[in-house]
Amino acid sequence: MAAARSDFWQLERRNRRETAMLVVVFVALFTALGLGLDFVFHDLAIVDGSLTGFPLLTLIALGFGIFQSLLSYYGGASLVLASVQARALAPDTPQHQMVLDVVREMALAARMPVPRAYLMNDPSPNAFATGRDPEHSVVCVTQGLVDTMDREEVQGVLGHEMAHVRDYDIRTMMMIAVLVAGIAMLADFVYRSMWYTGGVGGGGGRSRGGRDDDGSGGNAGALIGILVVVLAVLAPFFAQLLAMAVSREREYLADAASVEFTRNPRALLRALERIAETESPLRNASRGTAHMFIVNPLQGARDDDEGFFANLFSTHPPLGRRIERLRALLNEAGGEAPPAGAAAATPTPRR
Amino acid sequence: MSASLVVLIIAIAIVGWAVLGYNGLVSLRNQVQNAWRQIDVQLRRRHDLIPNLVEAVKGYMQFERDTLTQVVEARAKAISAPDQASRMAAENQLTGGLGRLLAVMENYPQLKSDQNVLKLQEELTTTENQIAFSRQAYNDSVMQLNTRIESFPTNLIANNFGFKHAEYFQGAPEDQAVPKVDLAMGGGTPPPPRA
Repeated sequence: MAAARSDFWQLERRNRRETAMLVVVFVALFTALGLGLDFVFHDLAIVDGSLTGFPLLTLIALGFGIFQSLLSYYGGASLVLASVQARALAPDTPQHQMVLDVVREMALAARMPVPRAYLMNDPSPNAFATGRDPEHSVVCVTQGLVDTMDREEVQGVLGHEMAHVRDYDIRTMMMIAVLVAGIAMLADFVYRSMWYTGGVGGGGGRSRGGRDDDGSGGNAGALIGILVVVLAVLAPFFAQLLAMAVSREREYLADAASVEFTRNPRALLRALERIAETESPLRNASRGTAHMFIVNPLQGARDDDEGFFANLFSTHPPLGRRIERLRALLNEAGGEAPPAGAAAATPTPRR
Repeated sequence: MSASLVVLIIAIAIVGWAVLGYNGLVSLRNQVQNAWRQIDVQLRRRHDLIPNLVEAVKGYMQFERDTLTQVVEARAKAISAPDQASRMAAENQLTGGLGRLLAVMENYPQLKSDQNVLKLQEELTTTENQIAFSRQAYNDSVMQLNTRIESFPTNLIANNFGFKHAEYFQGAPEDQAVPKVDLAMGGGTPPPPRA
């Protein structure tokens, strides 16, 4: 398998490429549905071989989605933190001081400004990062993570979270959310229009009456109409699948970037194994915030199922797979001790 | 479109690409310089921490005179070093000495009950890590800059405007060595640093 022979730089490059491809497909899907709708229900048409008309519906859907995401873009971090009842992380205990120090260490390794650190009062070990760019970023850990993980593991987890910020994953997922919302809106419009006009062919003729110069326009219109309906039914489903695929790619990317920062695959590997051992779901996480955590925090969504379909709708790759990839990186490095810099704890055999 | 319009557009595109390329190189070069200074910041932090740590542990570790002395002396050398080379050598010696000190501290369980010592231990650990990570960050920045300078077509801009390769930071051998801990009670002299 190619992954076994890659170092984390190559893994990162591959992940970025794959994300880009997914986003292209996404945009194409959105455009196809939008333009198809404008063809059928508005005044977009092909006259004498060139495109005329105005893609009004496409733009409305796009505008709506953009407006929604701008709200979360600028208000985002505070909203999220409030929803999980996080409070600022203070150096009131040695463990908290250690976490604050590790945040600083990872910011140095990531060549990023130091994010603000927050604490969630939850026994389940987990963490997330949010923020539109590195200058406005926030990392949040649970008390459970602080209690159960040692310094090396915390480095791995925080490295992963800060990688999300550095690679603008939060922004990417917001953009994806715009496209998903836009597609849903367009599909919805198709259903309503069909309901009111009693079919697609009739709707197509409504505003295009003046443009059909020859009889062949009507057949093409009906064909496009059928395609649009099919697309409207399937697009939201595929959009969701694509969004999940992008999310999973970014998770793998963040894992590889965590290794880039720590130069120590063992750090994140041990952390994920430790999380795999615990069973408890997070109290304050919801469907809306689940994707941001390092491991899916919801009940019954442990990322353990490796079946094809279980995986398709998951925001995170299966834990087992992630651990495998990290182990491959560790073996690539010859399982040797990490460079002196990663002296995670005092230099005793126990890390 | 007329031919002259096409030529104009191509010319603008080329100039635009050149500007972007140049600015990208400037940005990377500044990143490298910043990363270099960042290492310095961390090294100075360490200088400031050491006197407190030595004071705090001295009372508990009477038999570790040698270890403590080495640390204090290496620090003094680092602060007063006349040039870069001797500064680097002193800093590496200091890293080695501190590593040994931290290892030896594990032998003194009483130290663990002293909150002050624990706090200093954590500060020292994070400072060592930050030094190492800032060196890593420097090398990563150097790699980025050098790759950009060497890659086509940005190398055309780089050569024309005098962007030079940056040097990687090389650690000294004693940096990479895991300090050997002498577990004999009552201390003993720790092994000399590997030259």
